[in-house]
Amino acid sequence: MKIISSETHFDFMGKIKITLAISGLMILVGLTSIVMSGGLKYGIDFSGGTLVQLQFKTPPNIEEIRGGLKSIGLGESTIQEFGTKRDILIRVQRSEEKLEAVGSKIRNSLGKKFNKQDITVERVEMVGPKVGSDLREKALLSILYAVIGIVIYISWRFELRYAAAAIIALVHDVWVTMGAFSLFDKEFTLVIVAAFLTIIGYSLNDTIVVFDRIRENLRRKGKNTLAQTINISINQTLSRTLLTSGTTLLVVLSLFFFGGEIIHDFSFALLVGVLVGTYSSIFIASVFLVFLDSRRRA
Amino acid sequence: MYKDLKWKIPLILGVLLGAVWLSYPLKEKIALGLDLQGGMHLVLEVKVEKAVEASLDRIADDIKRDITEEDLEVDRVKVLFSTRQVNIRMVDNLDLPPVKTILGNYPFLSMVSEDSDGLGLVYQMTLDQVKQIEQNAVSQGLETIRNRVDQFGVSEPTIQAQGENRILVQLPGVKDPERAINLIGKTARLEFKLLDEENSLQKALAGDMDEESEILNQRIVDKETGAVTKEAFLLKKRTVLTGETLTGAEVRFDSDFNEPYVALNFNSVGAMIFQQVTRENIKKRLAIVLDDNVYSAPVIQDEIAGGRAQITGRFTSEEARDLAIILRAGALPAPVIILENRTVGPSLGQDSINKGITSIIYGGLVVVAFIAVYYKLSGIIAVIALFLNIVLLAGALAYFGAALTLPGIAGIILTVGMAIDANVLVFERIREELRIGKTVRAAIDAGFSKAFRTIVDANITTFIAAVVLFQFGTGPIKGFAITLCIGIAASMFTAVFVSRTIFDGTMSQRKLDKLSI
Repeated sequence: MKIISSETHFDFMGKIKITLAISGLMILVGLTSIVMSGGLKYGIDFSGGTLVQLQFKTPPNIEEIRGGLKSIGLGESTIQEFGTKRDILIRVQRSEEKLEAVGSKIRNSLGKKFNKQDITVERVEMVGPKVGSDLREKALLSILYAVIGIVIYISWRFELRYAAAAIIALVHDVWVTMGAFSLFDKEFTLVIVAAFLTIIGYSLNDTIVVFDRIRENLRRKGKNTLAQTINISINQTLSRTLLTSGTTLLVVLSLFFFGGEIIHDFSFALLVGVLVGTYSSIFIASVFLVFLDSRRRA
Repeated sequence: MYKDLKWKIPLILGVLLGAVWLSYPLKEKIALGLDLQGGMHLVLEVKVEKAVEASLDRIADDIKRDITEEDLEVDRVKVLFSTRQVNIRMVDNLDLPPVKTILGNYPFLSMVSEDSDGLGLVYQMTLDQVKQIEQNAVSQGLETIRNRVDQFGVSEPTIQAQGENRILVQLPGVKDPERAINLIGKTARLEFKLLDEENSLQKALAGDMDEESEILNQRIVDKETGAVTKEAFLLKKRTVLTGETLTGAEVRFDSDFNEPYVALNFNSVGAMIFQQVTRENIKKRLAIVLDDNVYSAPVIQDEIAGGRAQITGRFTSEEARDLAIILRAGALPAPVIILENRTVGPSLGQDSINKGITSIIYGGLVVVAFIAVYYKLSGIIAVIALFLNIVLLAGALAYFGAALTLPGIAGIILTVGMAIDANVLVFERIREELRIGKTVRAAIDAGFSKAFRTIVDANITTFIAAVVLFQFGTGPIKGFAITLCIGIAASMFTAVFVSRTIFDGTMSQRKLDKLSI
């Protein structure tokens, strides 16, 4: 069985302007969204704060929760449904360094309007501002280290220009995914950084498959130009690029739909990352390989 | 060529059996992370500077006592916390030389300057000493918390130092987080202080207070409404007795009202002081203060010998039990604050497990169905390899004792996707080789050997990212990084080595003219 014909002859290199326009637009939309919403939206892991997940026996009225919370003065809080109408997520900016358990404090404050027995504290996450800034630094460093490691590896296995092209594709993927996060108003947390690192690693899978084929075809030294060779290589590997991404996409979709609310943003990031990563392997990485090559010759 | 099978098949079977043996039964062999089994993850910061301040306070008291014992008249000994200095003021400037001699007994203080009027000396605590105190505060704090947790009864707690002044506490499956936090984090500095009954509390509250006195509150929590009321007490600052002389603390029940209280036992030094204090202050009130909170302030009815005292305070029996534990385990050398707290309830953990498994099953089934339809019999081989991959992953998780977390489950799901990737690369290559007219056997050979390098290169980048993630991540994230690393390694083994062996095994049985791929 075949989905993609083994003999495709799409002219990928000829459509450079279109793909660059699409990528440019995606990045622009993402950036605009990030700027409009005043920067990336940090979750409590990075900004510090408290998050409490409660489960009610019957769906509560959010306004009543808000009223109940006011009495303990936790500062600005957001209250939202989490997956079902009975699950409520409360986020407050403040982090409590004292020993009082925030979860039960909130539960107690709701005791007047609701029956306390009907409320279960499912999860409490409190991150102090100091830890928040530590984690922020660590997260940035880890992304940096991962990129450096990958650059070293690719330059060792291929050539520096392949590494450069791969990094451009990778930065492209991260930017677009970040934009999507901002667009869908999702928060950056530790788990999302993990997803980004995975995207960084995984989005290169397909790129490397294409690069590998380009290298193989270049060794044969036909009379084709580099652009032509690249185009042939992309066509030759097209079906496996789409298949490998397709199978990964299938499992990520499963995670997205069945994995539950807690891991939802994580799977969202992977979903976007895998899609963008596939796109960039075909359209972005190779384009820049030609671009870098032409500069070298000029 | 097929001779290799003689060792390859037993090797694969051996690895498979080993993995099964390591990981069966799953429930016992694979540890669950706190996010799946429920539990509490705390990062505490030890306020080490408080330990230094307390030490300076004690030193000032000691110096004062030493000077007085030499029959010299001291004006005052003042501590400057910000610069870690002790300023000793004398009444007569002739007394300075002997004071200097006395200070010679305090090697961890160095003289900074002499006051210009010739009546005072300024000493400063050495940095080495400060460091020493800070380190002790953390290590003793760690020990105390470990004692408390042990007595609290949590299975397999993790308590370890992190960085310079942080303590990581992980309590799997803890049922009552609030209680645990109180138990771990209370400084539990027990002090006995006399009430200042000569001065008026009203005046003191208005700001007119003797330097020797202080106001502390009694916090009364209404059990029904949870409302907190405070009652102020005017106490003498001087602590007559501390919890350091305690030898025991246990819960007893009041015979009249059946109310729990905590009975204390002092060692001989404590008993002596307690006896003396009670003898000298009959009919006066003695406050029992824990962490600057007045628990009770009973009137001393009689001299108390034998070193026994009790703390009452309308406790629930749980509260009394926890208080006894804390007092037995001893006070923290410095207060702690909570830097990070992540608590997951057991039902949410179970819910996460269920959802994780559901998505593995659905994701797995779809991929398996797709690959079997798309590559037919060869696809079945890939499915076998995939199945083996998951068994290996479980075995490796058990072997490394790595906890499975919710992101870890996501890692398994990704592994399923990526393991299939490797097979796809091989199969597509084989198809390609068949298209250019190679025989089945040659195509399989070429397919595997040519795809192998690509697979390694493509997976290594993900591997690098996963290793970095492992380095920086904590808890759940680490679990994800581990499963991803193991998953990638296992998928290279299964998708390349195992699939190949199955192909070869099939080929060795009969000669194929057409490959089902």
